[in-house]
This record gives sequence, structure tokens and C-alpha cells, in this order.
Amino acid sequence: MKFDRHQRRKIFSHGMTVLSGLAIVVILIPLIAILYEVIVQGLPAFSVGFFTKQFPVPCGSSNPSACPQGGIAPAIQGTFILIGMSSLIALPIGIGAAMFAVEYGGQSVWARAISTMADVLSGLPSILAGVFAYSLFLQYNRTLTFSTFSEAIALAVLMVPVVTRATEEALRTVPQSVREAALALGIPRWKSALRITLITALPGVVTGALLSIARAAGESAPILLTSLFSLHGFTGFNYSVTPMPLWIYYAATSPYHNWQVLAWGTALFLVLIILSISVVSRIVLNRLTRRAAGG
Amino acid sequence: MDGSSIKMRVQDLSAYYGKSRAIEHIQLDIPERKVVAVMGPSGCGKSTLVRCLNRIHETAPKARVEGTVLLDGEDLYALDATLVRRRVGMVFQKPNPFATMSIYNNVSAAPRFGGHYSRDEMDRIVVRSLKQAALWDEVRERVDAPATSLSGGQQQRLCIARALAAQPEVLLMDEPCSALDPLATAKIEQLISELKQEYTVVIVTHNMQQAARVSDYSAFLYLGKLIEFGPTEEVFERPKDHLTEAYITGRFG
Amino acid sequence: MPMGSGANPFPSSSPSRPRRPARWGNRIFAFLTGAGAVILVGIVLALFVFLYLGAKQSIDTFGFRFFTISIWNPFPYNVYGIVPFLAGTLITSSVALFVAVPLSLGAAIFLTQQAPRWMRGPVAQLIELLAAIPSIIYGFWALIVLVPIMRYDIEPKLYTYLGWTGLFSGTPIGLDVLTASLVLAVMVIPTITAISRDAMAAVPISQKEAALSLGATNWEVTRRSVIPYARTGIFAGIVLGLGRALGETMAVTLVIGNSNHVPKSLFSQGQTIASGIANQFLEASSPLELSALIEAGLVLLVIALAINVGARVILGRLQTGRGVGQE
Repeated sequence: MKFDRHQRRKIFSHGMTVLSGLAIVVILIPLIAILYEVIVQGLPAFSVGFFTKQFPVPCGSSNPSACPQGGIAPAIQGTFILIGMSSLIALPIGIGAAMFAVEYGGQSVWARAISTMADVLSGLPSILAGVFAYSLFLQYNRTLTFSTFSEAIALAVLMVPVVTRATEEALRTVPQSVREAALALGIPRWKSALRITLITALPGVVTGALLSIARAAGESAPILLTSLFSLHGFTGFNYSVTPMPLWIYYAATSPYHNWQVLAWGTALFLVLIILSISVVSRIVLNRLTRRAAGG
Repeated sequence: MDGSSIKMRVQDLSAYYGKSRAIEHIQLDIPERKVVAVMGPSGCGKSTLVRCLNRIHETAPKARVEGTVLLDGEDLYALDATLVRRRVGMVFQKPNPFATMSIYNNVSAAPRFGGHYSRDEMDRIVVRSLKQAALWDEVRERVDAPATSLSGGQQQRLCIARALAAQPEVLLMDEPCSALDPLATAKIEQLISELKQEYTVVIVTHNMQQAARVSDYSAFLYLGKLIEFGPTEEVFERPKDHLTEAYITGRFG
Repeated sequence: MPMGSGANPFPSSSPSRPRRPARWGNRIFAFLTGAGAVILVGIVLALFVFLYLGAKQSIDTFGFRFFTISIWNPFPYNVYGIVPFLAGTLITSSVALFVAVPLSLGAAIFLTQQAPRWMRGPVAQLIELLAAIPSIIYGFWALIVLVPIMRYDIEPKLYTYLGWTGLFSGTPIGLDVLTASLVLAVMVIPTITAISRDAMAAVPISQKEAALSLGATNWEVTRRSVIPYARTGIFAGIVLGLGRALGETMAVTLVIGNSNHVPKSLFSQGQTIASGIANQFLEASSPLELSALIEAGLVLLVIALAINVGARVILGRLQTGRGVGQE
């Protein structure tokens, strides 16, 4: 009887191991399915023209070869412009706030407030960043509600918390002894903060910046509200651009075959960009931290 | 005090972390170009005391200082803190070279961030400092290597060189050998006796033999109070206070 | 010159250097970084202010009835209530958690307790890859691949076998609350898994050894020792997952069916707050509808931030050790 019970417990334990392993398999199925689909459908769309040509004229024909192929040059351009602008806004704010919290705040109320605000903001549903940018310009300058400014501000709101938290974490890993060493040499606090602490923490800061860029590059919801269906690429800061994720949305919900093909290609290109950013930043972080540790 | 002039004078110095008092009402005269050892059991406030001498203490959260410290007769706490730290250098308990910098850049950190030197002058300062720290012969071939590539003892001497390159007048050493092996310790002790030709040295140690070996004057702290201060020989051979006697005869701490 | 009398070790190399006090540098630096801090805090405040300003017309018109009106109707009434959106949001999020929580916990248990060591890092990173895929790509994939599968394979079977529960009644067309919930589940799994995994990995070895020394099997160690110890972290992970599910937009927008009615079953078309905004913002029929959409956004903002803050508070307590360790 006792033996039986022991046996049963063992079997039950093994059963639970199998079940939890199964959970991994179930989770990885959609990952593999999505990547598979994006690669299989997206790869055929790649060509030189894909990267250099304008969006094609929508084509209703069911015969694909009768349709113009075109490319996604305006979307690539749009993504780069928006990433550049939103980085210019978000990186200084995020890095500055984190440095203030760590170098001046210490354990104070202010430092705590900054960390908390960054945490709070990191839970912001992305679409609300779009609603915010839209409402902001609605109050001040209606002509800019749909513009690259508006789009970039929406993205920046989403980037700031990522940068702040990553920078803060990186700065906090710099041992207090390093700051003391610098102060004890009579190096002014601001110089030591910029040229010693920040440099020591740089891998973490760069990783945070890259991750925030990866996030912004994939966002479409806030852009949807701050851009008007513009298919001609960049025509000035007062007009909106269509970055890659938004172009996927337009094309995916359109009935046009030639657009859908391009949407898959765009999806593949976007995934490649985002994954390589996160892989590269991880490698950079690992290598630099290992070197800093002297190993 | 046997004719040498007073470099630093500590008057009624108390220091706090938040509400807790680390040292209280310390009176101490530090003679020029001598080695002063500060000893006592752990937690007695000896680190806090030296950290008040270059105004590093106040950089800790909620830290506070009362009383005065005079450097060449000037009130330390009325001067600019960064300038004070240039004049009063510090070597920490654990070697803390800047991990992202080379050996050369570590040593040149203070002059680089604080003044305008030509490449030649900088080279001269670095070489002199490394020589003074008795590290030059070991690193002359690889001054551009990362500082972290050095051994623990070498790193500590690098930190000494880095402090010397700021051209200080006083050098504070907070248990500089506690993380080092005996061989490296011997090198640092030898170095200290050479450094006093040019610098005033204050060394914190919990190692009485070390205090006896390297110092000219010894201070004994207990529970944040200065119990005894005098020429090292006297403190060790004829302690005036029974606490000091108990400590140096190894009955506590 | 601060050099003491004759104490200069560098007589030949001490040029006169300008001793500019560092005070100004410090001030400028503090000002610039402080500006970053103020802007960060300002963004959070501005979110509330500008959403309120945008929502004002709707707030003035409907007042508290915004939360009780169960229609969203531009024509002919021009009357808007958040109930359909709120219902869609709560239903999709609950179903998503219902699916995601067991899977995530299973994965976290496997990754911290059972998997061979070499496997743990790579598999955990694969799961985190899920979080890196943009929302719009989930939506696109779901629209093209998942919706037909749901429509022709899965939903008819659910209808046949579980239709009697009432959850799976109506016409299975694939573009519905159920599909949206499943996509959401996949999207919140990395969040819940990562945080539960951290919590479980932080369980001290002594806790496990205590159970092992009593003759517990692997599963019993997990069940009696690891999960109770890590429960605060697991809970925080689930709450953060919920926060993500509530605000997720594009993937849901593409597959939920875009209908402003309270769903009657999981096969109904619906709308979440986020998808409602995405679908109708640019096509709002009147300034009042636009304002009502912004008010819905304000509601989402309050809910999402409250949930996020709640989860951080739990996690924060965990980190300072007041949470589990001393219970």
C-alpha cells in the first residue's frame, strides 16, 4: 500500500514535468508559425525594387503578374525619419532623468518619483500615446495634429520610460566606489557623472536606447492616430509619413493583392530589423560588461 | 609636537549617518609629512573620520558633519569641495580603478579632468606618479592596457598613483591593504614610508602591527570617540588609557 | 595655488592652471538632467490633462451616464456609452489570461525547476522573442492565417461540443472575440512567463532542500515550496500581463470584428476600448464621437496605469523583502 502510494506520487510528478514541458511547446507553436509565415510569404517580395521603389498603385486584378510590383521605399524612409526624430526627443529626456535620479536623487523622494513615473509610463497602452499627441496638437495647433511632429512625439512618449529605466539600472550598477574614487580626486560631480559614471554604464545605456528604438520601430497604433494615409513619403515636417508598421496595417486591411504581398515583405524586413537590434544590443552588452569585469 | 608643523587640525568633529552618530567630538592634530595611523575595532568610526578629512563623507545619503577641520589653517568646509579633494587625496579599502579606462587614463584622470596640460606634461605626471607608487617598472610596457588587467596589489598601487597625480598634499588611506595578500601589503607599507618624504599620510588600519610598523603617530578610536593619540611608540609602549592597552594587547577587537 | 610649502612633487611640471570652481558646471548639469526629470514627470501629468481636455465635450454631455449607456451609436442618436467597449475589453482580457496563465506558469516551472541547465537560457530567450514581434504583425498573421483556421476548424468543433455552455453560440466566422482573446494570450505570455520565472528562480535553495529532505518529489517541491514562496511575484506577473492585454491595440483591432455591441458569446464580434479608438478615431462622425473616444481613452489610461502601479507596488515590496521572505 505504502509502496503504491510512493509510486503514484512519482508518476504524478513525472506527469507534471511532461505537462510543463508541453506548455513550452504550445507557447512556441505560434512563434514558429508566425516566423514561418512571415519568412515564406515575405521572402519572395524581396528584390532591389522592394527597397527602392514607391508604393505601387493598388491593383484589383486577381492575376498578380498584371499588377505593378512597386516597393516600400516611402515606408522605410518614414520609419527612419520617425525613429530619428523621436530618439532626438526621447533619449536626452530619458538619460537626463535617469542621471538626475541616480546622481542627485540618491534615495530621495525625487529619485523615487522619477523611477515610479518611468514605471507608470512604461505601462501606457501604446494607442494612448497617439491620443495624447493628437489631443496635444488639437489644443495648440490643429494643422499639426497629423504631422511628423505629432507622430514623433507619440513615439517619444513610448520610448522615454524604456530609456529612463534602462539608464537608471545601468547607472545603479556602477559601484559607489567608482564615484567616490572620482570625487576623491577632486573631479567635479558633473564631470565624473558624465565622463566616468556614464561611460562605465554605457553598455547598459546603449542597450536601453536600442531597445527603445526597436520598440518604436514596431509601433503602429499611436501612428495610426497621428498620420493621415500618406503614400508619398516625406514631404515636410508638417505632413505625416507612413512608417513600415502602419503601411502593413494599410496593406493588410486592403483588398489589393499586390499590396498584401508587399505587406508580408515589409513584415519580414521589420522583424529582421527589430530582432537584429535586440540581438546586437544583447551581444554588445555581454561583451562590454565582460570586458569591464576584466575577464 | 617635536617641532614639525601642523598640516591638518581636527576640532570638535562629529559626523552622522542620518540620526546615528559615527564619530563624536574628535580633536586631532595631524603633523606635516608624518604618517598618522588611525586604529580601532571595526565600527569605531575610523573610516568616517578620514572620510571627513576630504569631504567625501558628506556625499553619502543623509550624511552630516559638525565641527571644523583646518587644512594649513583654512577651514576645509569653507573651501570648494572639489578643490579640497585635490589637496587631500584618498585611497580606498578595495582597489577601485576606473574599469573602463586604461592604466594611463586612470593615472591621468585627475589632471585630465581638472586642468590644461600638454601631452608631454601629462606623460611626465603619469610616469612620476607611477614611479612614486612603485608601479612603473611593472607596467611601463603596457600603460594602455585596461586597468582591470592588473593584479589586486597592482590595482591598489595604481589607485595610489592616481591619487598622487592629483598633486595632493595629504594622502588618506582607508585600510589600503585589507584586500591584499601579504606580499602586496609589504610593498604598500614600504611605499608609505617613502611617501612621507613628500606627503602627509593618514592611514586607517585595524592591523596593529601595521600601525606600529608604518606610522609616526597613532590614534585609537573606540565607539566613535578618540581614546588616545600620540607618538606611535608611546601609544604602544605606554598607553595612557586602559582601553588602548586592552586593544593593543589583543584583549578585544 | 593650493600647494603646501615645498610639498609639490612636480616642481617642473606644474603649469598655472585655472582653478575654476566646479559650482557652475554642477549647476548646469543639475539643471539639464533635472529638466529631463521634470519633463518625464510632466509627460505623465500632461497625459491626464490633454486627454481630459479632449474628452471634455463628452464628459459635459454624458456625465456619469457614459458608464451606463450600453450603446455606441453615431446614427441616428449620436449617443455614446463605454459599456460595449468595456465589456469587450474585460472579456478578451479575461479569456486571454485564462489561456495564458496556465501556459506561462507551466513554462516558468519547466524553465526554473525541470529543464536541463543548458536549455533554460535559450528557451527563455525564444519566449522573449514573442514580445519583440510587433503587434501589427501578430494582427496581420492572425487575420490571414489564424482566422480561417478558427472559422473552419476550431470554432465549428467548439460549437458542436461546447455550444450548450452558451460561450460558443452564434455563427463561427473567425473574426470574433475568441480569436482576439487567443492572440492576446500569445502576446501576454512572455510578460507573465518572464516575471514568474524570475520569482521562481529567486526561491532560495534552502527552501527547496527543506522540502526535498522530507522526501518530496520534484512536483511536490514545486507545489509546496516554490510556488507558495514565489506567489507574490507570480501574481504581479499576472497583473502586468493583464495590463498589457487591456491596452493591446493593433492585433485586436484586426481580428475582433469591429462591432460596437456588447458581445453575446465568444463568437460575437466586439470592440475593446483600444480597438474602438483605433477603428473609429479617424472616421469619427462628429466632434462629440471623437470626444467620447478620447474619454474612453482616458478611462483606459486610468485602468491601465492603476493596474501597472499595483503590480509595481507588489513587485517593489517583493524586492525590499517585505513580501514573501518573512511571511
